[in-house]
Amino acid sequence: MSERLAVRKTYKLWIGGAFVRSESGRHDRAGDFNIPRASRKDVRDAVAAARKAFGPWSARTAYNRGQILYRAAEALESRASDLGEPREVEQAIDVLLHYAGWTDKIAPVLGGVNPVAAPFLSFSLPEPTGVVGVIAPDAPPLLGLVAEIAPALAAGNTVVAILSDTAPLGGLDLAEALGVSDVPGGVVNLLSGRRSELAPALGAHRDLNAIVDASGDADLGAELDRLASETIKRTRHGAAATTYDEAVADALSRLESVTELKTAWHPIGA
Amino acid sequence: MDVRTSIVWDYAPAPESTDHVRLRDDYGLFIGGEFRAPQDGRREPTINPATEEPIAQIAYAGEADLRAAIDAARAAQPAWAALPGRERAKYLFRIARLIQERARELAVVETMDGGKPLRESRDIDIPLAAAHFFHYAGWADKLSYGVGGRAVAPMGVVGQIVPWNFPLLMAAWKLAPALACGNTAILKPAETTPLTALLLAEICQEAELPPGVVAILPGDGVTGAALVRSEGIDKLAFTGSTAVGRGIQAALAGREVGLTLELGGKSANIVFEDAAIDQAVEGIVNGIFFNQGHVCCAGSRLFIQESVADEVTSKLWDRMGRLRVGDPLDKNTDVGAINSAEQLQRIEALVSAGEQEGAVRRSIACDVPDRGYWFAPTLFTDVSPAHRVAVEEIFGPVVSVLTFRTQAEAIEKANNSRYGLAAGIWTDKGAKAFEVASALQAGVVWQNTYNHFDPTAAFGGYKESGFGREGGPAGLRPYLRVS
Repeated sequence: MSERLAVRKTYKLWIGGAFVRSESGRHDRAGDFNIPRASRKDVRDAVAAARKAFGPWSARTAYNRGQILYRAAEALESRASDLGEPREVEQAIDVLLHYAGWTDKIAPVLGGVNPVAAPFLSFSLPEPTGVVGVIAPDAPPLLGLVAEIAPALAAGNTVVAILSDTAPLGGLDLAEALGVSDVPGGVVNLLSGRRSELAPALGAHRDLNAIVDASGDADLGAELDRLASETIKRTRHGAAATTYDEAVADALSRLESVTELKTAWHPIGA
Repeated sequence: MDVRTSIVWDYAPAPESTDHVRLRDDYGLFIGGEFRAPQDGRREPTINPATEEPIAQIAYAGEADLRAAIDAARAAQPAWAALPGRERAKYLFRIARLIQERARELAVVETMDGGKPLRESRDIDIPLAAAHFFHYAGWADKLSYGVGGRAVAPMGVVGQIVPWNFPLLMAAWKLAPALACGNTAILKPAETTPLTALLLAEICQEAELPPGVVAILPGDGVTGAALVRSEGIDKLAFTGSTAVGRGIQAALAGREVGLTLELGGKSANIVFEDAAIDQAVEGIVNGIFFNQGHVCCAGSRLFIQESVADEVTSKLWDRMGRLRVGDPLDKNTDVGAINSAEQLQRIEALVSAGEQEGAVRRSIACDVPDRGYWFAPTLFTDVSPAHRVAVEEIFGPVVSVLTFRTQAEAIEKANNSRYGLAAGIWTDKGAKAFEVASALQAGVVWQNTYNHFDPTAAFGGYKESGFGREGGPAGLRPYLRVS
């Protein structure tokens, strides 16, 4: 009796809720698998998808976003064995859970009423900045990625992430887990390919509001800063989170880097 | 000649099925993670107030049972508090999920046991209970963010006594923050509505909550008093009447026991002449007839500006005539059964007092079932601020209409109460609404809405409506020692 031949997996990009090959038709080799090598056009498509998804995603109640991120954590837990090294996957799930709990706590912690010296009710509330670009670190591939996208999502942003050149599988598997959760299409977009090609294209995109760079590459970081200045993007650079604790210890800073603060004034009396 | 006769449209009965409800014939006490027979307690039936039929036998906890529960809670507390916050969070997330999954069953049982319309238990009580667990699950690993960055420690073992008007929801309001903060809890559900708390005990088992972290001890006032007096608790949270709350505060005098009280109210619902009148009428109805008026923050004092008083009263009376009173399990019912015979007597006594004092009473005509406890939605006009129906909490579907001429008069009259739980303001002028809101002595002020609740929004009273807040980060504070 012959041995059963395995059905091999075809990895794809995740753009606008669809699993697609790169429009360029290119691929790279990662281990035993072919992975798509996204193009600058794919980056533009992903930003457009993220922009389209931003309105509805940010308009959801904080409670609903929390529920969806919790559901995403459930989806990751059920596919944990596919996603990578167990200890890393567990921590990534817990990080997602941590930020699921932030959705309805960002406003009370970062916002407040301003005791202005005039008869006005003045309050300042955090709002998501918009579409956030994420440059994922090489290691740890899953935890390092989740630590960057989870705060952005919790705050109500949508995300386009460029996965590591050398370890893209964790991110591509994450796409498949999120794809069967309740995360709406376009809220997260994950692209594999050459960071040197894609990160500048993402950083230069005029419809991107913020860039979160965990690549650890100082030269790339400087280039992203220069590109950001063109449309005054918010930027954050940080080392990859290698543990749960590193991913949550500075939770507020991560959340602040992808939020705006809106102050509203309303007359009292008169 | 027009031979057409007028057609009276009515609703066909739309009863919710109870097929999926699997209640036991009798329930023990939930102590140390398991249901136990009472050691020195007794068993009493819990009845359906819409039919007066018993639903199940309920064990009432006696002194020895209470001691056992406190011992179990004390033993479980250090390990529970020592868990990383994110692990406590996972238990609370599980409980929230299980409430969502058993939502229909919980809604039906809540309605059977308490008499509230299914529409409310299904759309408000149960979803909000799950939402509270979700919200506080998310706080469990972020506690110091909720108290301005201060270092935190749990109180220890907490006693919690909840009322019969929102049985599962009040249990969630109490348990979720307590557990998130690392306390273990002993919850006493109300005498007339223990069932959903007991189903919550089953959910705690399904969630594999460590034994002893939650105890559910049904009972009457005797059980509650024993819990208050017991030496083994570090904090007590009570929701109920001001009279009982006063007794609890006195009983705890001189003891190192944290206390929060969420008590009665006689909340003002203020309608200005520039309000959207039809919207205000809906808000008045929701404010006072929601849950048969068994709501501590019910808008039971309705203040209408004189220039629109006749219009608002007339529209309100018309609207009241379309309220459907009856079978709480019917999905079209607006006003269900009064929770108990005792509460019905209390409502009847206060309404008679209102008539005797000279207020004009109107109750809607409605057919109600032969058995069960019912009270027709009632409107009092020609009410003076000194009348008992304008001063005392009725806790039933009874609204007293008073009038005012100026904003200052409205504020003064609204604040002229020993209570201060909530208030409503109806006006299209935002600047006026905020000015009135800041002048009102009430813990919650609703503008152009009423009886809105959310896990993120603090709830609690001024004055004799109690102290302490539930909901949002403020709701963590009573369950933490902070430095």
